Amino acid sequence: MAKNNGKSRAATPQSYLELREDLLRRDRSLRDKVVSLEEATSFVRDGDSVGIGGSTMSRTPMGMVWALARAGRKRLTCARSIVSSDGDLLFASGVCDHIVTSWFSQGILWGVSKVMRHHVETGKARYDEWSHMAMGMRFRAGAMGVPFMPIRSMLGSDVRKQRPEAKEIDCPFTGEKLLLVPALNPDVALIHVQRCDAYGNAQIDGLQFMDIDLAMAANKVILTTERIVSNDQIRRAPDQTKIPFFAVDAVVELPFGCAPHECYGVYEPMLRHMEYYVGLVNADPVKGMRDYMDRFVYGPKSWSEFLALIGIEELLEAARAGESIYDA
Amino acid sequence: MLKKHNYSAAELLTILSARQLSDGQVVFAGVGIPLLAATLAQRLRCPGLTILFEGGVIGAFIEPGKLPPSTNDQRCTKRANMVLGSAEVLLLLQRGYVDVGFMGGAQVDQYGNLNSSFIGDPARPKTRLPGTGGGNDIASLAQMIVAMKHEKRRFVEHVDFITSPGYLRGGETRQASGLLAGGMFRVVTDLAVFGFEAEKRRMQVISLNPGVSREALQDNTGFTLDFAPHLGVTEPPTDQELELLREFDPERLYTA
Repeated sequence: MAKNNGKSRAATPQSYLELREDLLRRDRSLRDKVVSLEEATSFVRDGDSVGIGGSTMSRTPMGMVWALARAGRKRLTCARSIVSSDGDLLFASGVCDHIVTSWFSQGILWGVSKVMRHHVETGKARYDEWSHMAMGMRFRAGAMGVPFMPIRSMLGSDVRKQRPEAKEIDCPFTGEKLLLVPALNPDVALIHVQRCDAYGNAQIDGLQFMDIDLAMAANKVILTTERIVSNDQIRRAPDQTKIPFFAVDAVVELPFGCAPHECYGVYEPMLRHMEYYVGLVNADPVKGMRDYMDRFVYGPKSWSEFLALIGIEELLEAARAGESIYDA
Repeated sequence: MLKKHNYSAAELLTILSARQLSDGQVVFAGVGIPLLAATLAQRLRCPGLTILFEGGVIGAFIEPGKLPPSTNDQRCTKRANMVLGSAEVLLLLQRGYVDVGFMGGAQVDQYGNLNSSFIGDPARPKTRLPGTGGGNDIASLAQMIVAMKHEKRRFVEHVDFITSPGYLRGGETRQASGLLAGGMFRVVTDLAVFGFEAEKRRMQVISLNPGVSREALQDNTGFTLDFAPHLGVTEPPTDQELELLREFDPERLYTA
């Protein structure tokens, strides 16, 4: 199992041999990996570094984040390309006290997240900022099994000055300045997909964001999926398979698993619910968030009950809009 | 200041920044006014404009009334030429395929540095802002157009924090930091259009918007302005530009 020793993997790259050993210890056999949402939370341990798939309000594994809050996980360090209201919930529930990303707010439609501000400005939680490409290259390095990737952005900026974990070098070939960003190999990746089989062969439609690198970089992968399909169906379109089964440790079937965010081709974001949410939490980032969590996170008996609280009308509307991406 | 006109400040800003683009360019657009302005340019004058989004989209073709809530939403991909990974689309900037980077800004300084991270001392911030997103990558690697609302507190001598680099401290400092390509080209506001002087790399006014005087502009700016020797006056928005803009953003999602 991964060793955290209280030291966050978000800061420094893991040694290569340790990375290989962690992978060797995983059961990579072709086996049924289907578990319930509640069971899947046991794959994440307090203090883990967690990579989160999707971006902003798209293909966010919201159901998994929701379940981690209900399971009372603590002190996670979470890395994601761009963080939306998933980050509010991670901070406010106490699941996570450290977010590593390039942008963190609910969405540009709503200004700056008061929940993020409340936690970061009071020092209750930490937000480490990297450029978007740097996040991508950190997952890429992790996926490649190398300790860093060189990039040409962030140089000269204060974003770079705040990240001593990144190192500047003069290129040994050209003499040009480059920034080396350290590999990110999270203990666990949470990724939501449109479909996968029981082994974890996962197909992603539309925008894939950084999810393939994230899956290959992580030391464990939990998939939530709109639908579990047969292996025969996967084999009918292998070009659509973006994550191979041997990288996956758990599969959870979770329809509308990104709600109230979107899942490409299946549903658009549930903007009325998002507006209600933002109104509530930005009016009072402590009480508003507590009220929201009591009602929508801790209150429901199941994910389906949470969906019912969003409301059938809004779900259907989001689904109609989601499927319209395939209209001529 | 713009009350006597038949358009809002945000609409003027969108239309003026759309005019900065040319047909055949590859433009990397951020969400909000840049996305809307690039789309406006594409439909009005530049059918061959290729729009990129950081969510992983090449050749975006946004539909009227269906503006995406971010550049990572599925709406960004409708009728596009290609979808690809976020890192892949950002690497196109690094490889040099992007002619223009186009984004908004919360705070800008005399050298075109942008801040979208902190207001006040970053160690004990008064306000933690959302952060860079792809902004730092775009500003580090491409010629930049920035569209932003003109306010004294947003136009400052030195930004509190350099999120997205302009010319840093002016002169050769950008190149010396290792940023070998790109740089600020234009800053477009609801009051004026700015370029950057070739040597000192300091912002200078190249054109005043309709009804804006030099004095009014200076009063709304937090540093002493330089004016280009041949100062232009911006042409006001045409009916055609306004009509199309309102067709694309009927709910005033971006142009409120």
